[in-house]
Amino acid sequence: MVMHIVDRRLNPGSKSLENRQRFLRRAKALVQGAVKKSSQDRDIKDVLEGGEVTIPLDGMDEPRFRREGGTRDMVLPGNKKFVEGDWLQRPNQSGGKGSGAGEGDSEDAFRFVLSREEFVDLFLDDLELPDLAKRKLAETESEGLQRAGYATSGSPANISISRTVSRALARRVALRRPRKDEIEALEAELAECDDDTRRRELLTLLEALKAKAKRIPFIDPIDIRYRRFETVPKPVAQAVMFCLMDVSGSMSEHMKDLAKRFYMLLYVFLKRRYKHVEIVFIRHTDRAEEVDEDTFFHGPASGGTLVSSALVAMNDIVRTRFRPADWNIYAAQASDGDNMTSDSGLTGLLLTDKILPVCQFFAYLEVGEAANYTFDMPDSSLWTLYERLRNDGAPLSMRKVSERGEIFPVFQDLFKRRTTSQERV
Amino acid sequence: MGSSGGRLFEGADWDFQTLQRVHDACEKIARTELGLDVYPNQIEVITAEQMLDAYSSVGMPLFYKHWSFGKQFAFQEASYRKGLMGLAYEIVINSSPCISYLMEENTATMQTLVIAHAAFGHNHFFKNNYLFKQWTDADGILDYLEFAKGYISACEDRHGRETVERTIDAAHALMSHGVDRYPGKKTLDLRAEEKRAGERRQHEEAVFNDLWRTVPNTKHKSKATLTVERRRALLGLPQENILYFLEKTAPRLAPWQRELIRIVRHIAQYFYPQGQTKVMNEGTATYVHYRIMNRLHQQGRITDGNFLEFLQSHTNVVFQPEFDDRRYSGFNPYALGFAMMQDIERIVKNPEDEDRDWFPDIAGKGDVEGVLREIWSNYRDESFINQFLSPALIRRFRMFHLHDDPAESQGIKVDAIHDERGYRRVRRELARQYDVGFVDANIEVMDVDLDGDRRLMLRHTTVKGAQLNETDTRRVLQHLADLWSYDVALTEVDGTDKVLKEYVVSPRAAAVAA
Repeated sequence: MVMHIVDRRLNPGSKSLENRQRFLRRAKALVQGAVKKSSQDRDIKDVLEGGEVTIPLDGMDEPRFRREGGTRDMVLPGNKKFVEGDWLQRPNQSGGKGSGAGEGDSEDAFRFVLSREEFVDLFLDDLELPDLAKRKLAETESEGLQRAGYATSGSPANISISRTVSRALARRVALRRPRKDEIEALEAELAECDDDTRRRELLTLLEALKAKAKRIPFIDPIDIRYRRFETVPKPVAQAVMFCLMDVSGSMSEHMKDLAKRFYMLLYVFLKRRYKHVEIVFIRHTDRAEEVDEDTFFHGPASGGTLVSSALVAMNDIVRTRFRPADWNIYAAQASDGDNMTSDSGLTGLLLTDKILPVCQFFAYLEVGEAANYTFDMPDSSLWTLYERLRNDGAPLSMRKVSERGEIFPVFQDLFKRRTTSQERV
Repeated sequence: MGSSGGRLFEGADWDFQTLQRVHDACEKIARTELGLDVYPNQIEVITAEQMLDAYSSVGMPLFYKHWSFGKQFAFQEASYRKGLMGLAYEIVINSSPCISYLMEENTATMQTLVIAHAAFGHNHFFKNNYLFKQWTDADGILDYLEFAKGYISACEDRHGRETVERTIDAAHALMSHGVDRYPGKKTLDLRAEEKRAGERRQHEEAVFNDLWRTVPNTKHKSKATLTVERRRALLGLPQENILYFLEKTAPRLAPWQRELIRIVRHIAQYFYPQGQTKVMNEGTATYVHYRIMNRLHQQGRITDGNFLEFLQSHTNVVFQPEFDDRRYSGFNPYALGFAMMQDIERIVKNPEDEDRDWFPDIAGKGDVEGVLREIWSNYRDESFINQFLSPALIRRFRMFHLHDDPAESQGIKVDAIHDERGYRRVRRELARQYDVGFVDANIEVMDVDLDGDRRLMLRHTTVKGAQLNETDTRRVLQHLADLWSYDVALTEVDGTDKVLKEYVVSPRAAAVAA
């Protein structure tokens, strides 16, 4: 007999991926709760690693008719000392049969492993990017065309032939337009007919048909349909994220670490929303420079603090490389709050006139030392400045952070889905 | 390497030629010595990950999508990763051709074992056992699953995933009560089934005429009230196949929902024999692989080393922990089945006086393979044990029967042990453990209140005082009510028709059948 061997190893794996996704979708609320809970006591890096979660089985159960209680009879192997008529103690109150039991209620919690993507998805799911339309820039946004049904008018290039022909056909059928072969059949009969009365009959019939065919056109202008198009705004699918950080001597490693965590989260978040995300690192002391990631976080630097220098640098980069019409611009600034008093005016001006109008979102994160004293101290000069700007209506988001554990709540708070998106903080 | 006599393979490595040689060698022994009659074989090599995938679609190569399979997968994956669970060496599907999945990481010896076990043992059982012949359609199953998968996903496109999922959830909850337990008037032909579904749909589309909607309803003729008997006869009551009843008579289900129920019902029916023949099926396959492997070793086609490797796996497979062992979780169907097959071989070949008394028909008959083939064809677990569990085996397993009556304060009673007085009782009780009539709750649709509120009335006849678990029952009834769209009542009665408990469940507002 013929036997076939099939090598299935190269078939695409994860056939059950879709089932898994269905399961996760169904258990979403539960899994999300579990994810939140497990992310509380993890580092950011680990939080985005995925891992095991446990959810209660509520709502995920598959009930069956099953019976319990009653008299039970069982046959077991391995009798060593019992003889007929012996009485055995029940193992416990429930009268279970020892090792054989264990159906049903034992399964009240459900553990399983989530992949990194699933974890991040669920973690960031109820967060939302500030849905600020690109103010002032809306008109320059690019537009695309989309099919939208049919119209009775339009350019000849857009005639939908199939639609037109089918309408014409329907009309011809409805009005009983004589068909060509009908006429031809009559003509053929006429040609062969010798009987005069019959010939006359045929002639009148033929004429009537031909007249009718003439009256009812093959294609009438009312049949014609045009493909209709609508213009739809095409969303900008790329984003750039500016990381601004004060690296002057007053910024400790701890503060930089906090800032880094915040940037990472923001990056992961943007990455999920946009196809293409670029990052620009700008560090500043009393002058600003664009650097690579490593230098940004670890490179030594010293000097005074001029926030305006970073804003100038950012503005230049935006102007030269990231046309606001083509890019969604996000900026996050981290600082310990020090700034030269004389710089405040310039900083405020730059921010309100140049930076904020082109940004989708601007967050200021004031990082403090681990010991919680930042909050007892009077507000820093930068915080005071920004607060004043915000009160004047500038769309700024600002938070203070001094502990690692606060990064997540702060991040979630910043991007929480809101019903009305004007008020933040 | 010669086709006969030479070694089939050396060491642990194998390739497709090895598999072919192994298959051919096994086939020769299976056909000539054991007289097996099998479906054509198709052997598919898969990875561990694919095996895990297969687990979560009840072992079938294709299946419709549903979240519950994802749940199962997530669960199994977690326990596999933790090392709590090993994977099976093989999965075999009752189809023609008979598909066996082989794991790629098995050694050559293991592949030989698996081919002998699945591609010949199980395969023969599937093709010849009366239950499988009666209830499954090996030729049509894969096509039918393909159809089911396509149909369900088409339904999802048309009616929305959630609606479809709700219907399937409900049907799954009733799956254990969606099988025919007694043969009906015709055997199942899944191919025709698939064609019929397509034709029904086409017919609906062809005769669709929106005008009918606008025709004013004619006045109903006053109909004579049906007598109870007549009504029950019309509805085919009492009916124990609840899914069948719903499919045919639920008043407000859409046609596609009936089709979904039908699909779930057919699949439940397809798996129905497997649950009734675990011991026999595994016993047959284990016995067959044991015979084939031994013969291959005798012929010198596998080395002593390979044979020892085989013996080790074989011993693990047929290991039966005793009741007080931590590893004990009921009888191991491989162990019990294999032991019984070997015992029958002994009885046929070298019976003792006791065996002659107990099994006059087969004792000393000589034709081991003929007797076994006859048994494999005509029995299921319950009847097999009831008929062929010998006193010798009861002694060997030291079986004993416990009777646990909650009303009895003294404890659990040892009712019978492996002695002259106990053999028959032990055997009867063990057989009963495998009786589907006892394993599933006996629930029947009794009546529908057609004149009143269309309440569906079910009855559970309890056996030995075991009642339904209340939480689960309410949930299942909720699903049932959603499909039925009116109230559903379940009454639990004991053997004397005394009512023990009553449930009434109303359909949810956002019911399945809208």
